[in-house]
Amino acid sequence: MTTAIEARGYARPDVLVSTDWVTSHLSDPGVRIIESNEDPLLYPSGHIPGAVQVDWARDLNDQLRRDYLQKPGFEALMSRIGVTPDTTVVFYGDKNNWWATYAFWVFHLFGHTNARVMDGGRAKWEKEGREMTREVPTYPSTSYEAPARDDHSIRAFRDQVMAHIEAGRPLVDVRSPAEYSGEKLHMPEYPQEGALRGGHIPGAKNVPWARAVNTEDGTFRPSDELRQIYQQEQGLDPNADIIAYCRIGERSSHTWFVLTYLLGFPHVRNYDGSWTEWGNLVGVPIEK
Amino acid sequence: MASMPDALAELVADMETITDRTERADLLIETADRFDRVRVKPEVAAKPYPESHRVPACESDAYVWAIDRPDGTLDFAFDVLNPQGLSAMAMAVILAETLNGRPLEQVAAVNSEIVFSLFGRELSMGKGAGLMGIVSMVQNEARRRLNAAS
Repeated sequence: MTTAIEARGYARPDVLVSTDWVTSHLSDPGVRIIESNEDPLLYPSGHIPGAVQVDWARDLNDQLRRDYLQKPGFEALMSRIGVTPDTTVVFYGDKNNWWATYAFWVFHLFGHTNARVMDGGRAKWEKEGREMTREVPTYPSTSYEAPARDDHSIRAFRDQVMAHIEAGRPLVDVRSPAEYSGEKLHMPEYPQEGALRGGHIPGAKNVPWARAVNTEDGTFRPSDELRQIYQQEQGLDPNADIIAYCRIGERSSHTWFVLTYLLGFPHVRNYDGSWTEWGNLVGVPIEK
Repeated sequence: MASMPDALAELVADMETITDRTERADLLIETADRFDRVRVKPEVAAKPYPESHRVPACESDAYVWAIDRPDGTLDFAFDVLNPQGLSAMAMAVILAETLNGRPLEQVAAVNSEIVFSLFGRELSMGKGAGLMGIVSMVQNEARRRLNAAS
Protein backbone atom coordinates (compact mmCIF):
# COMPACT_ATOMS: atom_id res chain seq x y z
CA MET A 1 0.00 0.00 0.00
CA THR A 2 1.36 3.38 -1.01
CA THR A 3 1.92 5.90 1.78
CA ALA A 4 -0.21 9.05 1.67
CA ILE A 5 1.49 11.90 -0.18
CA GLU A 6 1.58 14.10 2.94
CA ALA A 7 3.41 11.39 4.88
CA ARG A 8 6.25 10.88 2.43
CA GLY A 9 8.38 13.77 3.63
CA TYR A 10 8.43 15.75 0.41
CA ALA A 11 9.67 19.33 0.37
CA ARG A 12 6.57 20.40 -1.58
CA PRO A 13 3.84 17.82 -1.08
CA ASP A 14 1.31 20.29 -2.46
CA VAL A 15 2.54 19.72 -6.05
CA LEU A 16 1.29 16.14 -5.99
CA VAL A 17 -2.35 15.15 -5.85
CA SER A 18 -3.83 11.71 -5.45
CA THR A 19 -6.31 9.97 -7.73
CA ASP A 20 -8.87 10.43 -4.92
CA TRP A 21 -8.23 14.18 -4.97
CA VAL A 22 -8.74 14.31 -8.72
CA THR A 23 -11.97 12.32 -8.43
CA SER A 24 -13.30 14.82 -5.94
CA HIS A 25 -12.37 17.77 -8.18
CA LEU A 26 -13.72 16.52 -11.50
CA SER A 27 -16.36 19.24 -11.53
CA ASP A 28 -14.28 21.96 -9.89
CA PRO A 29 -14.28 24.96 -12.25
CA GLY A 30 -11.01 26.15 -10.72
CA VAL A 31 -9.22 22.96 -11.75
CA ARG A 32 -8.26 21.90 -15.25
CA ILE A 33 -7.09 18.32 -15.64
CA ILE A 34 -4.57 17.87 -18.45
CA GLU A 35 -3.40 14.61 -19.99
CA SER A 36 0.04 14.55 -21.63
CA ASN A 37 1.28 11.31 -23.16
CA GLU A 38 3.92 9.93 -25.36
CA ASP A 39 1.48 7.60 -27.10
CA PRO A 40 -0.88 9.75 -29.19
CA LEU A 41 -3.57 7.05 -29.13
CA LEU A 42 -4.09 7.01 -25.38
CA TYR A 43 -6.11 10.18 -24.83
CA PRO A 44 -8.58 9.48 -27.67
CA SER A 45 -8.95 5.89 -26.46
CA GLY A 46 -10.26 7.16 -23.11
CA HIS A 47 -9.32 9.75 -20.50
CA ILE A 48 -10.38 11.21 -17.17
CA PRO A 49 -13.77 12.92 -17.59
CA GLY A 50 -13.27 16.59 -18.30
CA ALA A 51 -9.58 16.23 -19.03
CA VAL A 52 -8.08 18.07 -21.98
CA GLN A 53 -5.06 16.91 -23.91
CA VAL A 54 -1.83 18.86 -24.22
CA ASP A 55 0.33 17.19 -26.80
CA TRP A 56 4.06 17.67 -26.33
CA ALA A 57 4.82 17.87 -30.07
CA ARG A 58 1.82 19.81 -31.33
CA ASP A 59 1.08 22.07 -28.38
CA LEU A 60 4.33 22.66 -26.52
CA ASN A 61 6.95 22.78 -29.27
CA ASP A 62 7.57 25.36 -31.95
CA GLN A 63 6.70 23.69 -35.24
CA LEU A 64 9.68 25.13 -37.11
CA ARG A 65 12.59 25.83 -34.76
CA ARG A 66 13.80 23.38 -32.17
CA ASP A 67 12.40 25.29 -29.25
CA TYR A 68 9.30 25.58 -27.12
CA LEU A 69 6.39 27.77 -28.02
CA GLN A 70 6.68 31.47 -27.37
CA LYS A 71 4.46 33.67 -25.21
CA PRO A 72 1.70 34.16 -27.86
CA GLY A 73 1.53 30.42 -28.47
CA PHE A 74 1.33 29.66 -24.77
CA GLU A 75 -1.39 32.25 -24.29
CA ALA A 76 -3.35 30.76 -27.19
CA LEU A 77 -2.96 27.27 -25.72
CA MET A 78 -4.19 28.38 -22.32
CA SER A 79 -7.11 30.18 -23.89
CA ARG A 80 -8.05 27.10 -25.93
CA ILE A 81 -8.09 24.81 -22.91
CA GLY A 82 -9.98 27.33 -20.83
CA VAL A 83 -7.29 28.11 -18.30
CA THR A 84 -6.79 31.43 -16.51
CA PRO A 85 -3.76 32.39 -14.39
CA ASP A 86 -5.80 31.35 -11.37
CA THR A 87 -6.67 27.90 -12.64
CA THR A 88 -5.03 24.97 -10.91
CA VAL A 89 -3.76 22.70 -13.65
CA VAL A 90 -3.31 19.02 -12.84
CA PHE A 91 -1.16 16.97 -15.17
CA TYR A 92 -1.23 13.24 -15.62
CA GLY A 93 -0.11 10.86 -18.34
CA ASP A 94 1.54 7.67 -19.46
CA LYS A 95 5.03 6.40 -18.66
CA ASN A 96 4.75 7.19 -14.95
CA ASN A 97 4.00 10.83 -15.68
CA TRP A 98 7.11 11.30 -17.77
CA TRP A 99 5.28 13.55 -20.25
CA ALA A 100 3.12 15.08 -17.56
CA THR A 101 6.19 16.41 -15.77
CA TYR A 102 7.53 17.62 -19.11
CA ALA A 103 4.37 19.69 -19.64
CA PHE A 104 4.57 20.81 -15.99
CA TRP A 105 8.11 22.05 -16.68
CA VAL A 106 7.11 23.93 -19.84
CA PHE A 107 4.20 25.56 -17.99
CA HIS A 108 6.72 26.71 -15.38
CA LEU A 109 8.81 28.36 -18.11
CA PHE A 110 5.79 30.63 -18.57
CA GLY A 111 5.25 31.17 -14.88
CA HIS A 112 2.14 29.02 -14.54
CA THR A 113 3.22 27.56 -11.24
CA ASN A 114 -0.29 26.83 -10.02
CA ALA A 115 0.26 23.29 -11.21
CA ARG A 116 0.07 19.78 -9.79
CA VAL A 117 0.86 16.26 -10.93
CA MET A 118 -1.47 13.33 -10.29
CA ASP A 119 0.60 10.74 -8.46
CA GLY A 120 0.74 7.45 -10.33
CA GLY A 121 -0.46 8.97 -13.57
CA ARG A 122 -2.78 7.40 -16.06
CA ALA A 123 -1.81 3.83 -15.24
CA LYS A 124 -2.84 4.17 -11.59
CA TRP A 125 -6.15 5.80 -12.51
CA GLU A 126 -6.92 2.97 -14.93
CA LYS A 127 -5.76 0.25 -12.56
CA GLU A 128 -8.09 1.57 -9.87
CA GLY A 129 -11.00 1.20 -12.29
CA ARG A 130 -11.89 4.85 -12.19
CA GLU A 131 -14.16 6.43 -14.75
CA MET A 132 -12.81 7.02 -18.26
CA THR A 133 -14.52 8.63 -21.23
CA ARG A 134 -13.90 9.23 -24.90
CA GLU A 135 -15.87 12.45 -24.79
CA VAL A 136 -13.61 15.40 -25.56
CA PRO A 137 -14.66 18.40 -23.46
CA THR A 138 -14.71 21.98 -24.61
CA TYR A 139 -14.38 24.97 -22.33
CA PRO A 140 -15.09 28.64 -22.92
CA SER A 141 -11.92 30.28 -24.17
CA THR A 142 -10.16 32.56 -21.72
CA SER A 143 -8.06 35.65 -21.96
CA TYR A 144 -4.66 34.65 -20.64
CA GLU A 145 -1.69 36.95 -20.37
CA ALA A 146 1.58 35.13 -19.81
CA PRO A 147 4.94 36.61 -18.91
CA ALA A 148 7.78 36.17 -21.40
CA ARG A 149 9.25 32.69 -21.26
CA ASP A 150 11.91 32.42 -18.57
CA ASP A 151 14.80 30.45 -20.04
CA HIS A 152 17.18 31.15 -17.19
CA SER A 153 15.89 29.67 -13.96
CA ILE A 154 15.07 26.08 -14.80
CA ARG A 155 16.41 25.61 -18.33
CA ALA A 156 20.02 25.10 -19.40
CA PHE A 157 21.65 25.55 -22.81
CA ARG A 158 24.74 23.94 -24.29
CA ASP A 159 27.17 26.77 -23.53
CA GLN A 160 26.00 26.76 -19.95
CA VAL A 161 26.51 23.01 -19.83
CA MET A 162 30.06 23.46 -21.13
CA ALA A 163 30.77 26.03 -18.43
CA HIS A 164 29.14 23.72 -15.90
CA ILE A 165 31.52 20.88 -16.82
CA GLU A 166 34.53 23.16 -16.68
CA ALA A 167 33.49 24.30 -13.21
CA GLY A 168 33.16 20.68 -12.09
CA ARG A 169 29.51 21.05 -11.21
CA PRO A 170 27.18 18.06 -11.08
CA LEU A 171 25.07 16.70 -13.91
CA VAL A 172 22.55 13.90 -13.81
CA ASP A 173 22.12 11.75 -16.90
CA VAL A 174 18.70 10.15 -16.49
CA ARG A 175 18.88 7.84 -19.53
CA SER A 176 19.25 4.10 -19.36
CA PRO A 177 22.68 2.64 -18.49
CA ALA A 178 23.07 1.46 -22.10
CA GLU A 179 22.53 4.96 -23.44
CA TYR A 180 24.83 6.42 -20.76
CA SER A 181 27.64 4.04 -21.63
CA GLY A 182 27.23 4.63 -25.35
CA GLU A 183 26.61 0.94 -25.92
CA LYS A 184 23.18 1.48 -27.39
CA LEU A 185 24.28 3.32 -30.50
CA HIS A 186 26.55 0.44 -31.40
CA MET A 187 24.11 -2.41 -31.15
CA PRO A 188 23.15 -3.90 -34.50
CA GLU A 189 19.67 -3.28 -35.91
CA TYR A 190 18.91 -0.53 -33.45
CA PRO A 191 16.83 2.30 -34.83
CA GLN A 192 18.47 5.65 -35.38
CA GLU A 193 18.88 7.30 -32.04
CA GLY A 194 19.42 10.79 -33.36
CA ALA A 195 23.04 11.24 -32.28
CA LEU A 196 26.35 10.62 -33.98
CA ARG A 197 28.21 9.72 -30.82
CA GLY A 198 27.26 7.58 -27.86
CA GLY A 199 28.25 8.17 -24.26
CA HIS A 200 27.55 10.87 -21.72
CA ILE A 201 28.55 14.38 -20.75
CA PRO A 202 31.78 14.20 -18.74
CA GLY A 203 31.22 13.89 -15.03
CA ALA A 204 27.51 13.11 -15.27
CA LYS A 205 26.05 10.63 -12.80
CA ASN A 206 23.72 8.05 -14.27
CA VAL A 207 20.40 7.84 -12.43
CA PRO A 208 17.70 6.51 -14.75
CA TRP A 209 14.60 8.64 -14.27
CA ALA A 210 12.31 5.71 -13.48
CA ARG A 211 14.20 4.91 -10.27
CA ALA A 212 12.18 7.70 -8.68
CA VAL A 213 8.91 5.81 -9.01
CA ASN A 214 7.46 2.68 -7.47
CA THR A 215 7.23 0.04 -10.17
CA GLU A 216 3.98 -1.45 -8.90
CA ASP A 217 1.78 1.64 -9.17
CA GLY A 218 3.88 4.41 -10.70
CA THR A 219 3.68 6.63 -7.63
CA PHE A 220 6.71 8.59 -6.54
CA ARG A 221 8.98 6.99 -3.97
CA PRO A 222 9.01 8.58 -0.51
CA SER A 223 11.63 11.21 0.20
CA ASP A 224 13.87 8.96 2.29
CA GLU A 225 14.21 6.53 -0.62
CA LEU A 226 14.80 9.37 -3.06
CA ARG A 227 17.46 10.86 -0.79
CA GLN A 228 19.10 7.45 -0.59
CA ILE A 229 19.34 7.35 -4.40
CA TYR A 230 20.32 10.92 -5.20
CA GLN A 231 22.26 11.98 -2.12
CA GLN A 232 23.69 8.92 -0.41
CA GLU A 233 24.28 6.76 -3.46
CA GLN A 234 25.15 9.44 -6.04
CA GLY A 235 26.53 12.04 -3.68
CA LEU A 236 24.51 14.97 -5.01
CA ASP A 237 24.71 18.05 -2.83
CA PRO A 238 21.17 19.43 -2.39
CA ASN A 239 22.46 22.99 -2.60
CA ALA A 240 24.58 22.49 -5.68
CA ASP A 241 23.83 23.89 -9.12
CA ILE A 242 22.60 20.74 -10.87
CA ILE A 243 21.76 20.10 -14.53
CA ALA A 244 19.69 17.09 -15.59
CA TYR A 245 19.53 15.80 -19.15
CA CYS A 246 18.36 12.83 -21.21
CA ARG A 247 17.78 12.58 -24.98
CA ILE A 248 15.46 15.51 -25.67
CA GLY A 249 14.72 16.80 -22.18
CA GLU A 250 11.51 14.97 -21.42
CA ARG A 251 12.76 12.23 -19.08
CA SER A 252 15.02 14.76 -17.38
CA SER A 253 12.05 17.01 -16.67
CA HIS A 254 10.77 14.13 -14.53
CA THR A 255 14.03 14.11 -12.57
CA TRP A 256 13.98 17.92 -12.42
CA PHE A 257 10.53 17.63 -10.84
CA VAL A 258 11.72 15.05 -8.31
CA LEU A 259 14.82 16.98 -7.28
CA THR A 260 13.11 20.37 -7.19
CA TYR A 261 9.74 19.63 -5.65
CA LEU A 262 9.99 16.32 -3.87
CA LEU A 263 13.49 16.79 -2.44
CA GLY A 264 13.56 20.59 -2.40
CA PHE A 265 16.87 21.11 -4.24
CA PRO A 266 16.82 24.84 -5.04
CA HIS A 267 19.08 25.00 -8.13
CA VAL A 268 18.12 22.37 -10.68
CA ARG A 269 17.91 23.03 -14.41
CA ASN A 270 16.84 20.87 -17.30
CA TYR A 271 19.10 20.74 -20.37
CA ASP A 272 16.47 20.04 -23.03
CA GLY A 273 19.00 20.00 -25.86
CA SER A 274 20.20 16.87 -24.10
CA TRP A 275 21.92 14.04 -25.91
CA THR A 276 20.39 14.73 -29.32
CA GLU A 277 22.28 18.04 -29.19
CA TRP A 278 25.41 17.11 -27.21
CA GLY A 279 25.96 13.84 -29.06
CA ASN A 280 25.95 15.72 -32.37
CA LEU A 281 27.99 18.79 -31.42
CA VAL A 282 31.40 19.07 -33.04
CA GLY A 283 34.31 19.06 -30.65
CA VAL A 284 32.56 18.79 -27.30
CA PRO A 285 33.98 16.37 -24.71
CA ILE A 286 32.24 13.02 -24.24
CA GLU A 287 32.87 10.20 -21.81
CA LYS A 288 32.00 6.53 -22.17
CA MET B 1 13.08 -5.77 -56.87
CA ALA B 2 10.18 -6.70 -54.59
CA SER B 3 8.00 -4.09 -52.97
CA MET B 4 5.97 -4.33 -49.82
CA PRO B 5 2.74 -6.38 -49.97
CA ASP B 6 -0.19 -4.68 -51.67
CA ALA B 7 -2.40 -4.76 -48.60
CA LEU B 8 0.18 -2.86 -46.58
CA ALA B 9 0.91 -0.43 -49.41
CA GLU B 10 -2.80 0.33 -49.74
CA LEU B 11 -3.20 0.87 -46.02
CA VAL B 12 -0.19 3.18 -45.93
CA ALA B 13 -1.57 5.15 -48.88
CA ASP B 14 -4.97 5.41 -47.21
CA MET B 15 -3.51 6.61 -43.93
CA GLU B 16 -1.40 9.22 -45.70
CA THR B 17 -4.58 10.84 -46.98
CA ILE B 18 -5.93 11.32 -43.45
CA THR B 19 -5.18 14.79 -42.20
CA ASP B 20 -7.52 14.78 -39.23
CA ARG B 21 -5.68 13.56 -36.12
CA THR B 22 -8.85 12.36 -34.46
CA GLU B 23 -9.86 10.27 -37.44
CA ARG B 24 -6.37 8.76 -37.63
CA ALA B 25 -6.37 8.05 -33.91
CA ASP B 26 -9.81 6.42 -34.03
CA LEU B 27 -8.74 4.13 -36.87
CA LEU B 28 -5.57 3.13 -35.05
CA ILE B 29 -7.44 2.52 -31.79
CA GLU B 30 -9.88 0.25 -33.63
CA THR B 31 -6.89 -1.57 -35.05
CA ALA B 32 -5.28 -1.94 -31.61
CA ASP B 33 -8.58 -3.40 -30.35
CA ARG B 34 -7.87 -6.48 -32.51
CA PHE B 35 -4.55 -7.13 -30.78
CA ASP B 36 -5.70 -10.34 -29.08
CA ARG B 37 -5.94 -11.94 -32.53
CA VAL B 38 -2.22 -11.51 -33.13
CA ARG B 39 -1.00 -12.07 -29.57
CA VAL B 40 1.51 -14.90 -29.33
CA LYS B 41 -0.08 -18.23 -28.38
CA PRO B 42 1.06 -20.01 -25.20
CA GLU B 43 2.28 -22.97 -27.25
CA VAL B 44 4.68 -20.63 -29.07
CA ALA B 45 6.06 -18.68 -26.12
CA ALA B 46 5.54 -18.24 -22.39
CA LYS B 47 6.59 -15.44 -20.05
CA PRO B 48 9.22 -14.47 -19.24
CA TYR B 49 9.94 -14.16 -22.92
CA PRO B 50 13.50 -14.54 -24.18
CA GLU B 51 15.32 -11.28 -24.81
CA SER B 52 16.02 -12.40 -28.36
CA HIS B 53 12.37 -11.70 -29.18
CA ARG B 54 12.27 -8.30 -27.53
CA VAL B 55 12.05 -5.26 -29.79
CA PRO B 56 15.05 -3.01 -29.19
CA ALA B 57 14.21 0.55 -28.21
CA CYS B 58 10.49 -0.20 -27.78
CA GLU B 59 9.43 1.29 -24.47
CA SER B 60 6.13 -0.57 -24.59
CA ASP B 61 7.97 -3.89 -24.14
CA ALA B 62 6.96 -5.36 -27.48
CA TYR B 63 8.03 -8.86 -28.53
CA VAL B 64 7.97 -10.45 -31.96
CA TRP B 65 7.90 -14.09 -33.10
CA ALA B 66 8.12 -15.39 -36.67
CA ILE B 67 6.50 -18.79 -37.16
CA ASP B 68 7.44 -20.74 -40.26
CA ARG B 69 4.67 -21.95 -42.51
CA PRO B 70 5.06 -25.13 -44.59
CA ASP B 71 5.09 -23.05 -47.77
CA GLY B 72 8.15 -21.15 -46.58
CA THR B 73 6.34 -17.95 -45.68
CA LEU B 74 5.89 -16.61 -42.17
CA ASP B 75 3.21 -15.84 -39.64
CA PHE B 76 4.04 -13.12 -37.15
CA ALA B 77 2.90 -13.10 -33.54
CA PHE B 78 3.42 -10.40 -30.95
CA ASP B 79 3.05 -9.40 -27.37
CA VAL B 80 3.06 -5.93 -25.85
CA LEU B 81 3.58 -6.06 -22.11
CA ASN B 82 2.75 -2.42 -21.43
CA PRO B 83 -1.06 -2.29 -21.38
CA GLN B 84 -0.80 1.38 -22.38
CA GLY B 85 1.21 0.53 -25.49
CA LEU B 86 -1.69 1.12 -27.86
CA SER B 87 0.46 2.27 -30.76
CA ALA B 88 2.67 -0.79 -30.49
CA MET B 89 -0.44 -2.97 -30.47
CA ALA B 90 -1.83 -1.21 -33.55
CA MET B 91 1.50 -1.62 -35.33
CA ALA B 92 1.55 -5.33 -34.51
CA VAL B 93 -1.98 -5.84 -35.83
CA ILE B 94 -1.18 -3.98 -39.05
CA LEU B 95 1.93 -6.06 -39.67
CA ALA B 96 0.26 -9.39 -38.92
CA GLU B 97 -2.79 -8.62 -40.99
CA THR B 98 -0.83 -7.49 -44.03
CA LEU B 99 2.35 -9.60 -43.93
CA ASN B 100 1.36 -13.06 -42.69
CA GLY B 101 1.79 -15.59 -45.47
CA ARG B 102 3.20 -13.05 -47.91
CA PRO B 103 6.36 -13.79 -49.93
CA LEU B 104 9.49 -13.23 -47.86
CA GLU B 105 10.89 -10.86 -50.48
CA GLN B 106 7.88 -8.59 -49.99
CA VAL B 107 8.15 -8.72 -46.20
CA ALA B 108 11.85 -7.92 -46.40
CA ALA B 109 11.02 -4.92 -48.58
CA VAL B 110 8.90 -3.18 -45.96
CA ASN B 111 10.48 0.13 -45.06
CA SER B 112 10.34 1.04 -41.38
CA GLU B 113 9.53 4.63 -42.39
CA ILE B 114 5.92 3.47 -42.86
CA VAL B 115 5.38 4.19 -39.17
CA PHE B 116 5.29 7.90 -39.94
CA SER B 117 2.77 7.40 -42.74
CA LEU B 118 0.61 5.32 -40.42
CA PHE B 119 0.94 7.26 -37.17
CA GLY B 120 1.78 10.75 -38.37
CA ARG B 121 4.95 12.80 -38.30
CA GLU B 122 4.37 14.12 -34.82
CA LEU B 123 5.45 10.88 -33.14
CA SER B 124 8.06 11.34 -30.45
CA MET B 125 11.54 10.13 -31.24
CA GLY B 126 11.22 7.36 -28.69
CA LYS B 127 7.83 6.23 -29.92
CA GLY B 128 8.96 6.37 -33.54
CA ALA B 129 12.09 4.39 -32.74
CA GLY B 130 10.07 1.74 -30.92
CA LEU B 131 7.56 1.31 -33.73
CA MET B 132 10.30 1.25 -36.34
CA GLY B 133 11.99 -1.39 -34.22
CA ILE B 134 8.92 -3.62 -34.51
CA VAL B 135 8.95 -3.25 -38.29
CA SER B 136 12.70 -3.90 -38.42
CA MET B 137 12.40 -7.11 -36.43
CA VAL B 138 9.71 -8.43 -38.74
CA GLN B 139 11.73 -7.44 -41.78
CA ASN B 140 14.89 -9.03 -40.36
CA GLU B 141 13.14 -12.36 -39.78
CA ALA B 142 12.27 -12.47 -43.48
CA ARG B 143 15.76 -11.36 -44.51
CA ARG B 144 17.41 -13.96 -42.32
CA ARG B 145 15.46 -16.75 -44.00
CA LEU B 146 16.13 -15.35 -47.44
CA ASN B 147 19.84 -15.17 -46.70
CA ALA B 148 19.86 -18.73 -45.36
CA ALA B 149 18.16 -19.97 -48.50
CA SER B 150 20.51 -18.19 -50.89
